[in-house]
Amino acid sequence: MTATPPPGVRVHITRLAYPGHTVFEELKLQLAAGQCTCLLGRNGSGKSSLLRALAKLLGERVCELHVECSDDLPLAGRVAYMAQEDLLLPWLDVLENTTLGYRLRDRSHTRPAVVQRATQLLQDVGLAAFAHASPAELSGGMRQRAALARTLMEDQPVVLMDEPFSALDAITRLELQNLAARLLDRRTTLLITHDPLEALRLGDAVYTLDGQPAKLSAPLRPTGRAPRPPGDAQLLSLQGRLLTQLGAGA
Amino acid sequence: MTGLVRRFVTLASLLLAWQLIVWVTGVPGYILPGPLSVAGAFATHAGTLAQHATVTIIEILAGLLLGALLGFSSALSLSSFHTVRRWLLPVLVVSQALPVFALAPILMLWLGYGMVSKIAMAVLIIYFPVTAACFDGLRHTPNGWLELAATMGASPRNLLRSVRLPAALPAAASGMRVATAVAPIGAVVGEWVGSSAGLGYLMLHANGRMQIDLMFAALVTLAAFALALYFSVDHLLKHALPWHRQTLLDNENEQEIPHDV
Repeated sequence: MTATPPPGVRVHITRLAYPGHTVFEELKLQLAAGQCTCLLGRNGSGKSSLLRALAKLLGERVCELHVECSDDLPLAGRVAYMAQEDLLLPWLDVLENTTLGYRLRDRSHTRPAVVQRATQLLQDVGLAAFAHASPAELSGGMRQRAALARTLMEDQPVVLMDEPFSALDAITRLELQNLAARLLDRRTTLLITHDPLEALRLGDAVYTLDGQPAKLSAPLRPTGRAPRPPGDAQLLSLQGRLLTQLGAGA
Repeated sequence: MTGLVRRFVTLASLLLAWQLIVWVTGVPGYILPGPLSVAGAFATHAGTLAQHATVTIIEILAGLLLGALLGFSSALSLSSFHTVRRWLLPVLVVSQALPVFALAPILMLWLGYGMVSKIAMAVLIIYFPVTAACFDGLRHTPNGWLELAATMGASPRNLLRSVRLPAALPAAASGMRVATAVAPIGAVVGEWVGSSAGLGYLMLHANGRMQIDLMFAALVTLAAFALALYFSVDHLLKHALPWHRQTLLDNENEQEIPHDV
């Protein structure tokens, strides 16, 4: 991890609209420095759009966005992005996928220091034995772990995650949440999810997104350090509140 | 192994049926020679067949190589340069309205009766499928990969080299398979229109002199080479794209289960 502390990020979206469909108007979100902010919403609530806007994946015609970092440096170039699909390239092995960013920027992926760090990260996510396996040989959970290693390899202070564990079975998902909480500690993280339990286990602040144009709720702040145990009484009662906020069982 | 046996049995029974028809109907050899007399023609004309086959094979291989290179570089420039796309793409599409076979006499006129006009014919017939397939592959890189690369700050050159090109290879391989299948047509049509060597020439020549057994032998030679070429190219492509082969084999396995039960 880089020596400088991660920045807090203040996001102000004045407008995010696709043709014929306004997603956000005047939406403000604060990502606390070094903490995990979770955004919870139903499908189609615009939560992914928000994350994609931050990752600069939406054009200016779609989204007007102001971003300020607490250290007054620009956010661009300091973001690592992890999507719902693992996006592993099938023609590269696991190690080469982990160092993909270096390959794409300046082809420095073969430098010993880079390879060494990637090997270490693969060990951290439990894929040391699969460094030279092709992605096709991995299970869904292992593939997502490789994607996590690739995200960490970018070594950025800000991490944006778009439902990264939603395609996994419940047990594998819990395992990966533990792993992510441990490895992403002390980075400024925005995690998008539709799983209330996941948000409460990992998030230091949990927002729900609802309505059209979508508005943010007041944040819930579960106590204790992530990853919080899934059977925790606090978590279960907060989960009930979140589900009510999202409109279930109301 | 069972597949090989099955193919052999199919081939043997087809040959047997052919020979039986000839025996039973008593058709004269200048209308339909049996497989035995075709085999005889192979033995007596081995030298002639080999000589003409060499010409045709060189034409096919050169046409295939040139056509693929040309198609691939066209697709690359089409996808890289907006201006090229705007000017060249309509021309390409319109050019397909011309039947390539109708151009064969003109190619003879311009490029002579030698190999060059046949190679040009094969190139022409290959060029469009290869270009279209490669261009399609280059245009349809999965969005997720492009977005991931964008967040990583990829340079356009590295993006092309490490993501878009390899992602386009399976589509390009399909184009190559089609090209391999049609390249022999290009060469042989070229030979039919005007030539003094090649299997196409030999077929016309033998036909004119009522040497139908030799004509069949030339036809079998051509078919055997075309098949061998197709399967070698297919094998090569599968080896060059191991990640793609995996998915292809999986599908084949799924389809084969009902046959074997």
